[in-house]
Amino acid sequence: MSEIANRVKKIIVDKLGVDESEVTPEASFTNDLGADSLDTVELMMEFEKEFNISIPDDQAENIGSVGQAISYLEEHVK
Amino acid sequence: MNVTLRRVVVTGLGALTPIGNTADEYWNGLINGVSGADFIKQFDAAKFKTRFACEVKDFKVEDHMDRKEAKRLDRFSQIAMAAANEAVAHAKLDDPSINGDRVGVIWSSGIGGMITFIEEMKNFNAGDGTPRFNPFFIPKMILDIAAGHISMKYGFRGPNFATVSACASSTNGMIDAFTYIRLGKADVMITGGSEAVVTEAGIGGFNAMKALSERNDDPKTASRPFDLNRDGFVLGEGAGAIVLEELEHAKARGANIICEIVGGGMSADAYHLTAPHPEGLGVINVMNAALEDAEMKPEDIDYINVHGTSTPLGDIAEITAIQKVFGDHAFNLNISSTKSMTGHLLGAAGAIEAVATILAVKNDIIPPTINHTTIDPAFDSRLNLTLNKAQHRTVNAAVSNTFGFGGHNATVIFKKYEA
Repeated sequence: MSEIANRVKKIIVDKLGVDESEVTPEASFTNDLGADSLDTVELMMEFEKEFNISIPDDQAENIGSVGQAISYLEEHVK
Repeated sequence: MNVTLRRVVVTGLGALTPIGNTADEYWNGLINGVSGADFIKQFDAAKFKTRFACEVKDFKVEDHMDRKEAKRLDRFSQIAMAAANEAVAHAKLDDPSINGDRVGVIWSSGIGGMITFIEEMKNFNAGDGTPRFNPFFIPKMILDIAAGHISMKYGFRGPNFATVSACASSTNGMIDAFTYIRLGKADVMITGGSEAVVTEAGIGGFNAMKALSERNDDPKTASRPFDLNRDGFVLGEGAGAIVLEELEHAKARGANIICEIVGGGMSADAYHLTAPHPEGLGVINVMNAALEDAEMKPEDIDYINVHGTSTPLGDIAEITAIQKVFGDHAFNLNISSTKSMTGHLLGAAGAIEAVATILAVKNDIIPPTINHTTIDPAFDSRLNLTLNKAQHRTVNAAVSNTFGFGGHNATVIFKKYEA
């Protein structure tokens, strides 16, 4: 697993209070990991802080699962 | 509109205080004269005029909620949940036969989520001006959110809001809760208050007003109501919760009736931001209003749990008012300030002092005013200020007074339950 993926997983475990084993690439933040709309916003902010990037709102809307977050960040983080 | 007022009883208690983390522990602390004051642990107070406070000890949030929930709650809401959980369990309200539509929550605080506000602004100020506010910032900070969390946990769908009147907040809330049940708008109300502002801004702000004791060489004796050398209040944090219930509802489900709440009074000084009215006008009015509401005479009262914050002017104004309302019966009363032990919990003061007053009525014991060493001739020596040691006496009825900056006054009366 990439270093980015590990950091993403760590943030999700911390912010959503879920077990690491639940954080699979397919896992949806809202359907599988119990996130509500505020949790999702907080996750995006944490990704921005951790990776020092800015995720535009229209792109953040398309990041709904662990795998989508990892792909987006792998693509955009220098 | 003519309505028959329904009777309201107390059926559950909870407390998380600087001298005990449950209602039982709190009561034991009270009757044993324990001081909750110590040097501040929550931040480095080295440069502050006051370096001590009455903090809650050994509070483990994970004992009361999971980590994810804890993260969404400011400390004032976390301790609210702990006290409310205890009161709900004590009253056995976690019962599917109770109609949640008829159970409400009125939860108070003087200030609300100050810690959250400070943290978010610190983060913002440390950045380059780009706003990166946490989405939980507002729902953690707002003062009404504790009432919301309690309702969500238990499905209590009745009246739900917060009251704010500074240090009278939770007494105002309790009177509202009492009124709603009396009028038939709810059958059960969880009411109380919580405060958690032992922070740089809390201590610094009250220091700037010269409201706090600065007895840094002896924090444990700093809160000394009625003592000649009192020099201000000691800031406290914590929560108190009370379950009020309509009498027939309580009887029908076999609830444990602790005592009855029989009257509430509210008034304003309309005089000054922070100073009490010199003749105690608002305080005289509020005690008279509570007695009238309870249809009681001054002679019916045995104990007054005073606001008594240990400030030079406030203690005198309150006792002056008591003597005006109670006349010679003032000398038969037990009077005590439990703030000598707990410090001043601001918006939660009314809640934890109501718990103390209710337990005095239940147990026939008056918790003391500790830390008294030097007589202040401003107080008539015939008054029984319950100095330093708890006293046993039959307590049929007792009054709890609270007053807030802004000139708000609120008083409640509790009485032994008689069928």
